[in-house]
Amino acid sequence: MLTLQCPYCGVQADETELAPGYEAHLKRYGPGSSPEEFESYMFARKNPKGVHFERWRHAYGCGKWFLAARDTNTLEVFGTYPAQSSAPPADLVAKIKLKRPEWEGYK
Amino acid sequence: MRRYSVFAIAREALRYHSGWDRAWRSPTPKASYDAIIIGAGGHGLATAYYLGKNYGITNVAVIEKGWLGGGNTGRNTTIIRSNYLQDPSAAIYEKARSLYETMSQDLNYNIMFSPRGVIMLAQTHHEVRGYLRTAHANALQGVETQYINAARVKELVPIINIDGPRYPVLGGLYQPRGGTARHDAVAWGYARACSDMGMDIIQQCEVTGVRSEGGRVVGVDTTKGYIGTKKLGIVVAGHSGQVADMAGFRLPVEAVALQALVSEPIKPCMDVVVMANTVHGYMSQSDKGEMVIGGGTDGFNNYTQRGSFHHIEETLRALVETFPMISRLKMLRQWGGIVDMTGDRSPLISKTPLGNCFINCGWGTGGFKAIPGSGWAMAELMAKGEPGPLAAAFSIDRFKEGRFIDESVAAGVAH
Repeated sequence: MLTLQCPYCGVQADETELAPGYEAHLKRYGPGSSPEEFESYMFARKNPKGVHFERWRHAYGCGKWFLAARDTNTLEVFGTYPAQSSAPPADLVAKIKLKRPEWEGYK
Repeated sequence: MRRYSVFAIAREALRYHSGWDRAWRSPTPKASYDAIIIGAGGHGLATAYYLGKNYGITNVAVIEKGWLGGGNTGRNTTIIRSNYLQDPSAAIYEKARSLYETMSQDLNYNIMFSPRGVIMLAQTHHEVRGYLRTAHANALQGVETQYINAARVKELVPIINIDGPRYPVLGGLYQPRGGTARHDAVAWGYARACSDMGMDIIQQCEVTGVRSEGGRVVGVDTTKGYIGTKKLGIVVAGHSGQVADMAGFRLPVEAVALQALVSEPIKPCMDVVVMANTVHGYMSQSDKGEMVIGGGTDGFNNYTQRGSFHHIEETLRALVETFPMISRLKMLRQWGGIVDMTGDRSPLISKTPLGNCFINCGWGTGGFKAIPGSGWAMAELMAKGEPGPLAAAFSIDRFKEGRFIDESVAAGVAH
């Protein structure tokens, strides 16, 4: 079973306690943006087979959104971090690089 | 190709079954083809078959990473229905259902199509209204469905509990001509027919790159070397994102795991397919007697072909509530498949930003029922370079233009 640590309350929460929220760090385009920009925000997804940055909510805990780095091919969780981040923290990226040398890095 | 018939069985019976041919050849790839299809599942093989049958294009290779029909074609719950709300969906799924009716004769291969009927239970007042609306829409689309009351549901499915404590059965959307078919046989039948037309089905051959020149596809790199092609069709379901990445574009698709399971075999007890979308579970009985059960998807990106245990628990809880007699049944096998979900839960049969490269994906949790219709439409797109009437609405551009085919509301979760 998938277990993620909530970065706010520190609880090791299993997936029945969490609500998944798909890809993280999407650029949210607003009024006046082009159809292409809206498409990239709302529909186009990286959907990688490997390292994935994604949103989760501690639904049956503190209720807050947070972000996680996870391997979609092995279900290994690399780490979690607060939702108030515009890019993955450098130490987490370094940790993933160490475990997945072939990974191209966060793009 | 030797035709299968009662005479062939009699002939072989007299000579110890020593004269059966292999159903399809396993050739080494040629240097180039007129068309390459990546993915030898149902949709890919159907595309190849109709390219040959409808358009006379037979210099075709179907390339498969694993073994033929080993992906979602061998992992689904084999349900065939076409009771969709939106016109483009109803058109392509009804085309597929009607092709299933004659497929065994067409392919000279018994796909065991069994039009036993499909009932989608209405268990809330919203669902009653939704299915009444769908039944009216189907009448206008020429798809034969009817809304039936709870007493009729009980008559068709004696083992059902229509007075459940949480969600009593209020009625149902019944499609008498829906049903099931043998999923492996669909892939095998198409493969045999394609091989007979001279097409090459190349298994254990993974595509590692897509080569292009001047914005047009010229070939693919594979684990068996480079293979040139004039046209490329990507029909790889769960791994569409990876192949699209090789071809240099992004898709409005996310891969998630969908689970299914079967029980131990029991005596015949249910001769229709029942889908309960509110409590979320669906069930039919296979010819072997196993209860075939469809579960739910996990809500996170996943390529592992296995899903979370608590989803199985949810599905079984829902089905025990609906069919109390299954509460003591043992479950024999459970498995997962990687489904490609689009933003509006409808498929893509589309041109791509790369010239002469076409994609067929996004069937999500409901691809098996669409196989012949999808292959028919994809073959037309690949042969002519432009989509025909069945495929036109399913282009990638609909996500840019906001022209969604929104079936997620109409079809519920079990899509």
